[in-house]
Amino acid sequence: MTQSYTAAETVEDALAALASGARPVAGGTDLVVGARQGKAPLPDNIVAIHHLAELRGVHLDGDTLRVGALTTHEEIAEHPLVIERLTALADAAAIVGSHATRAQGTVGGNLMNASPALEVGGPLMCFGATVTLRSQAGERSVAVADLVAGPGRTTAGPGELLTEVAVPLPPAAAGSCYARLEYRQQMEIAVVGASALVALEGDRVAAAKVAITALAPTVRLVPAAEDALVGSDGGRAAAELAAQAAAEASEPISDVRASEEYRRAMAAVLARRAIEAAVARARSVAVPVPASRYLHAAE
Amino acid sequence: MRVPLTLTVNGVAYPLEVEPSTTLLRAVREYIGLTGAKEGCDDSECGACMMLLDNRPVNACSYLALQAEGRAVTTVEGLAADGDLSPLQRAFLEHGGVQCGFCTPGMLISATALLAKHPSPTEEEVRIGLSGNLCRCTGYDGIIKAVLSVAAHR
Repeated sequence: MTQSYTAAETVEDALAALASGARPVAGGTDLVVGARQGKAPLPDNIVAIHHLAELRGVHLDGDTLRVGALTTHEEIAEHPLVIERLTALADAAAIVGSHATRAQGTVGGNLMNASPALEVGGPLMCFGATVTLRSQAGERSVAVADLVAGPGRTTAGPGELLTEVAVPLPPAAAGSCYARLEYRQQMEIAVVGASALVALEGDRVAAAKVAITALAPTVRLVPAAEDALVGSDGGRAAAELAAQAAAEASEPISDVRASEEYRRAMAAVLARRAIEAAVARARSVAVPVPASRYLHAAE
Repeated sequence: MRVPLTLTVNGVAYPLEVEPSTTLLRAVREYIGLTGAKEGCDDSECGACMMLLDNRPVNACSYLALQAEGRAVTTVEGLAADGDLSPLQRAFLEHGGVQCGFCTPGMLISATALLAKHPSPTEEEVRIGLSGNLCRCTGYDGIIKAVLSVAAHR
């Protein structure tokens, strides 16, 4: 049973509250639902951080896009630079929950919730994004790939607050895509998801990243898929090889949403669609955002 | 432990005392007595509880009442200005967008938020925009037509 609630007016207030055992709430979209589902009771002591203006907003710093922890999915999905250069992140942010979820839910809260189906996780890992974790002891930078540790678990300490996500922009001749298998177009989470980033030099793939979603205890990168793409022409055969590697890197579970076998089979399909769309975007072929809504109908 | 809270709903400030865990939906329905917003799934799946928070949609069943302090909450009761139904409300009546009525408050709030952001959506955009709101009568057709009729008149 929750005993106290305070609304932090400064980051220092919030860090002091965390140091004395409070847990943060921002958009509340996971915290309150999780408590009602019995996943985790509401914390005894809550510090609300939604007033902290310095943790909100998106700005470009050299070649890095700095996204405040309180930036909503809606703000990310609509940001012109995200759509143009970090398209997979726009694909993902645009399909989180419903428009109500996206208007309230924050990227920091979404990451710290560490769902295996975390939509923005795959794109952020492909782009090599890092987060800033601040505590009263100081701050440190952690790769998103190293932040998520298991379902609902992160490597952040209890006194640490995620304050910013830093996303390096890929080269201009790159394309990216996040695609998910979904049963419903809103209030849905990925049944299976895949992200791809492909950078071209001429006709060849110079660099690539592939990540899988809802296929393992955390979203994870698939280095073997990268190996299958780099040096190739980015065509169907290479995409299928890489997608096979993504399926082999999967450790799916069976639950109410899908069986293990179905998830594994769909891993290859979703990974191939994400890779092919990333290659198309790298070649300046328009693929609408969010890609999930169009890719599946296109075949 | 109860905490004082002033909640501003449809332009009226209500002084309340709530538990830290009280949701915005419970505060508005049970403490203030505005029962337009409904508790459907109580799990953010159905959208029946939807309200506007500073003009942006929120599933009020999953939002702490205390976090709404100092912000403008709008419920379905606040959509009619001086007793005149809003264009969307009139369109729901004209197009048969109301059957049992349980989803209607959330649908109206959701559609209000959608049109505020995208004044002229396509039918597909309306369908996607409202798909976070479930109608247990499955009467979506009238609802979509109602929203499109208002959009087209803008």
